[in-house]
Amino acid sequence: MAEVRLVGFLCNWCCYAGADLAGVSRFQYPPNVRIIRVMCSGRVDPVIILDAFLYGADGVFVGGCHPGDCHYLQGNYYAEKKIEMASRLLREAGVEPKRLRLEWVSASEGARFATIIKEFTDEIKALGPVTFEKEAMEAACLAAADYRLRIVATKERELLEEGNKYGEVFTRHEMDRLLDDLVREDYEVKRILLRLKEPMSVKELASELNLRPNIVLRHILDLKRYELVDLHEIRDHTPRYIARELSEGGITE
Amino acid sequence: MPEEIRIGVFICHCGINIGGVVDVPAVVEYASTLPNVVHAERNLYTCSSEGLESIKAAIKEHNLNRVIVASCTPRTHEPLFRATCKEAGLNPYLFEFVNIRDQCSWVHLHEPESATEKAKDLVRMGVAKAARLEPLEELTSDVIPTAVVIGAGISGMTAALSLARNGFSVHLIEKEKEIGGMLRNLYTLYPTDELAEEFLEPRIQAVKEHKRIALHLSSAVRAVEGYVGKFKVILDESGVERSIDAGVIIVATGAHEFEPEGLYEYDGERVITQLQLEEKLKKGDLNWAGIKNVVMVQCAGARGEVVGYCSKICCMNAIKNAKLIKEAHPAINVFIAHNELQAYGEEYELYYRDAKKAGVRFLRFPLERRPKVRRSDGNLIVDVFHERMQLDIPFEADLVVLSVPLVQNPDATQLSKMLKVPLGQDKFFFEAHVKLRPVDFATDGIFLCGTAHGPKDIGESIAQGYAAASRATIPLARGYVHSEPIISSVNEELCVGCGICESVCPYGAIEVVEVEEGKKRARVTGVKCKGCGTCGSSCIRRAIKMYHFTDEQLMAQERAAVVTEVIS
Ligand code: SF4
Ligand code: SF4
Ligand code: FES
Repeated sequence: MAEVRLVGFLCNWCCYAGADLAGVSRFQYPPNVRIIRVMCSGRVDPVIILDAFLYGADGVFVGGCHPGDCHYLQGNYYAEKKIEMASRLLREAGVEPKRLRLEWVSASEGARFATIIKEFTDEIKALGPVTFEKEAMEAACLAAADYRLRIVATKERELLEEGNKYGEVFTRHEMDRLLDDLVREDYEVKRILLRLKEPMSVKELASELNLRPNIVLRHILDLKRYELVDLHEIRDHTPRYIARELSEGGITE
Repeated sequence: MPEEIRIGVFICHCGINIGGVVDVPAVVEYASTLPNVVHAERNLYTCSSEGLESIKAAIKEHNLNRVIVASCTPRTHEPLFRATCKEAGLNPYLFEFVNIRDQCSWVHLHEPESATEKAKDLVRMGVAKAARLEPLEELTSDVIPTAVVIGAGISGMTAALSLARNGFSVHLIEKEKEIGGMLRNLYTLYPTDELAEEFLEPRIQAVKEHKRIALHLSSAVRAVEGYVGKFKVILDESGVERSIDAGVIIVATGAHEFEPEGLYEYDGERVITQLQLEEKLKKGDLNWAGIKNVVMVQCAGARGEVVGYCSKICCMNAIKNAKLIKEAHPAINVFIAHNELQAYGEEYELYYRDAKKAGVRFLRFPLERRPKVRRSDGNLIVDVFHERMQLDIPFEADLVVLSVPLVQNPDATQLSKMLKVPLGQDKFFFEAHVKLRPVDFATDGIFLCGTAHGPKDIGESIAQGYAAASRATIPLARGYVHSEPIISSVNEELCVGCGICESVCPYGAIEVVEVEEGKKRARVTGVKCKGCGTCGSSCIRRAIKMYHFTDEQLMAQERAAVVTEVIS
């Protein structure tokens, strides 16, 4: 089986402590994972997760405290929604969402930590090294960095639990559909933007990105309205568009 | 010109703990090839005094401005190495820990080669982060030696007296016209059977007479600002606004009895609550001549009927009142219909046996078939389901007493919002940790005691009052608070004032404020922030920088984890 590289983000108070305990107890697990300590799982930004994939991680693991145990009360609840968002974007970019895993591990669950890491490593080994189109993952990173998905990822919990301002509570099913649509749209928009570094027509974009032309057109019109895309020229009665310089809010650095 | 980055890497053998698995010299050699690394060495035990000395010496000799120790775990040893850096004149936040023992050599005992490769990777990740570390200064702020205690029931009074006797000024805030709380309505107390009034009076006197306690009666909290050490509590005191500065706040707002409106034929006359019974006993205005049978119903409205929880004190309370009636009027039949009986501990168990001895009768019903109260020809009948016989047994009653739960006061929600402290599922105030921090809130400087935290009897409320006071004494006595500089900060150029960050912060540490006319931006109050970073990963403009765990640092680590060729 192929060697795979895994990155783990563990919260300081529970999962990282659980990982230490696995060591103290000499529970053995495969050496593929590289651990990064964060104070809380709530810190783990989808952009960072997707960036790890972009740079070559075959799997990303996020470990936090059990629900109700987060040192900062609710960080892990927010983490859960953010990880879900990142999984959706992975799927759009053509990567198995299974490659991103979130688990709650307490400071006393050393054995469980070792088991989970072993399982996860085996699972990723079975999938093999990750493959994706670079531009697809870049689009996913851009979508994760943009305000729309960041708002929904943060507010999802509230909408599910407390409802919108009219007191209408979303069902899990409605929320899933809404999120799927939103994520897909944002992802498509970012793909278009990335392609439009060179001028292109709607038809060309549609065929290259394998999208329906009417969808591409709708995105282009939105992008124009937000002044992210300009009409470049009209050649043979066909308008061609070009993206403006990407400003901040893109992939960092 | 940015300062040249000079990293020193110290790799620990930890005896054979690391050195027995990982090829430490190979890791040292690898480390010295990494960008910005100007010195790499290995130590048998980096945490020994020799190891620490060699760190200090290397800082001087090689003019290091970043130090990495690759050894055990930051959870135990980071403070030590940070302190060492500080002694050598290096800002302690320019230190980075790499865990190659607990998370490497110990968990890959049989794969020394892979473990060595992993250790190299981990060191490379540490170097990537270290190069991006920034010096940070610890935050210190003064503590005003004054406490605000909200609620002057028995636990609030206990806390206030304890703090005042320790030499601190206390502002005791009470919404009623008098202090004493729930105890003022009680007749006797279990398990001593003493009169509540006699118990309470000297304590009220002590509070009133204490020169360091300022009483604020008929007062309600309107707003709370600030943070540990520097709170500002705005009061409405009989219609007059007042502002109090304090270093700590204790929440002792109590609870009240659930009103069983619409349940068990409750009418406040012949079907009453335990508290109403106590009032009648106290005033002596029950016509005992007309009463032959008293039936008490436990868990009325509790444990799934209206509220979900067990109010825990009602069993003992019912036993006390039943015993009292039975002892004063042996001819009266007193029944307690119950599901479970919480008479925990030896003392309470003996008290329960005394009640039985006195002739109180106990009837057990299953929770799915609670007693029913009905009226027939002006008589009250309580049907109690007998589980073994599988039938309802009717008991005639001249007086039905409902043991209803304590419930949170309706104004608690508002107070919890003002203080930014949470309420739990049952709407009671929620402590930071059930075992480790039972009277603290997660927010520094705010403490909790008494029934505001959940049903409790007098003894427990008093114990918590003392506990909260002693916890509050720590910052008060020390006079200052320290906090780690691992906090968030907002780039006001990027921030649009949307308030998402404010909505996720559990400590009220980040708030949107009007920075100038019509321009809103988020601001962080450093001492309040605990550095979780949730605001940063939520910010819609990625305008928040989480010190010591910045996006840049984390991404450098994550990239270094997967890209073997060095990226500087
Ligand atoms: S979430 Fe970001 S943009 Fe919104 S107010 Fe907070 S710092 Fe500003
Ligand atoms: S890092 Fe956490 S505690 Fe600090 S302001 Fe952000 S959300 Fe609040
Ligand atoms: S501290 Fe562990 S998940 Fe928040």
